[in-house]
Amino acid sequence: MSVDEKVKEIVMDKLNVTAEQVTIEASFVEDLGADSLDQAELVLALEDEFNLQISDKDSENLKTVGSAIEYINGHTS
Amino acid sequence: MKTRVVITGMGAITPLGNSLEETWEKLLAGKSGVAQITAFDTEGLATTIGARVANFEPELYIDKKALRRMDPNQRYTIVASQMAYDDAGLDKADLDPDRCGVVFGTGIGGIQTLEDQYQTLLDRGPRRVSPFFIPMMIIDMCAGMTAMRFSFRGPNYTTVSACASSAHAILDSFRIIQRGDADVMITGGSEAAMTKLSMAGFCSAKAMTTRNDEPEKASRPFDRDRDGFVMGEGAGILILESLESAKARGARIYAEVVGAGMTCDAYHMTAPLPDGAGAAKAMLLALKDAGVDPDTVDYINTHGTSTGHGDLSEVKALKTVFGEHVYKLAVNSTKSMLGHLLGAAGGVETTVLAMSIHTGKVHPTINLDNPDEGCDLDFVPEGARELKIRHGITNSFGFGGHNVSIILAAHH
Repeated sequence: MSVDEKVKEIVMDKLNVTAEQVTIEASFVEDLGADSLDQAELVLALEDEFNLQISDKDSENLKTVGSAIEYINGHTS
Repeated sequence: MKTRVVITGMGAITPLGNSLEETWEKLLAGKSGVAQITAFDTEGLATTIGARVANFEPELYIDKKALRRMDPNQRYTIVASQMAYDDAGLDKADLDPDRCGVVFGTGIGGIQTLEDQYQTLLDRGPRRVSPFFIPMMIIDMCAGMTAMRFSFRGPNYTTVSACASSAHAILDSFRIIQRGDADVMITGGSEAAMTKLSMAGFCSAKAMTTRNDEPEKASRPFDRDRDGFVMGEGAGILILESLESAKARGARIYAEVVGAGMTCDAYHMTAPLPDGAGAAKAMLLALKDAGVDPDTVDYINTHGTSTGHGDLSEVKALKTVFGEHVYKLAVNSTKSMLGHLLGAAGGVETTVLAMSIHTGKVHPTINLDNPDEGCDLDFVPEGARELKIRHGITNSFGFGGHNVSIILAAHH
């Protein structure tokens, strides 16, 4: 499964949203209804899945599905 | 003139059923909800039995995402609250949210979550601890979540007094409506503490039965051969409402809350005063609060946990309060069948008292084969019976010496 697909799957599961809602441009807060606890849980799940550590500062910049995918692609080999 | 307070809705999740109706039917039939614990490995525990909630389906009431972020304690609360809300026929459109509140009681809180997350901390380090750990664990969140579900913006908090927790919650809710601070309160309480750590703690404190080979006979309040309580879990939730509000919307009234009393033994962390003086005083205060003549009380739903000291001290307290009239009372223990729901016990037992008044029936005390010395009251051992109840009392006592008595009356 590609990084894109895996990220989308995690977002759907953690935020209880449909595949159609999880577009590359979708904002976690504005489009997918995430609150601060949801976002923290999402970051934990991404860290687990891709075996990386996302700093608090970096996680603040992960505002959309696309930005999360981009970050993961840039931090995994 | 104080505002009169009535019970207009009830809901329960218990070891005998996932509704109050089912629980009540089985209580009348004298069924035990106690069984071997299979949900986790009981290896090394002195007590391996408990009264567990079974076949619970919270997904019928709570969406998937929210459910994953709830401790079992919170799931029991939300589901039983929805049942009580529906039972009362409440409708958001007719309620002033600022005049509606929630006060719950829980003794222990989200201990399953605490155990799980502590394991995560040990195994995987602090960064892996869930952001939902704190909201899932803290005791007050049941009341917070319930307020969110029903948009109740009035008084909201949680009372913690061990096994008297939800009785204190009901007492407070009664007072809140009585003094005019709210018209409708969701109250009662929940507990989901049947985890290995909490069982181990109660075992070490020597508070629980070890009659592991006869689960259904293990909870035997007032019997000579009792050897401790059986842990139970679940929730008992009530809608308390001002009489005026209930009448205005034509609500069905189960019973009226007429008085309540609370004291502390100030004696020992876990043992009650041997003469039951603290419990007696709580009942006397409740009678005085209600302005009720003790001779017009027909029924006592005891705390009756099946512990050596607790049961004897409660019997002595009843004799102190009622004198000769004590022998005319029907006296039973719901815990003989449900086990001890700890912080939720007062909530569940208040629903049982209200059902007894409403239906004119009292359930039996099971397993009372040989009443202990001094336990010479009418414990309804032979089976359920019909009883017209003018006033009934439910008692709840907790570690810490807390005593609460609540009096309900038939409403005409």
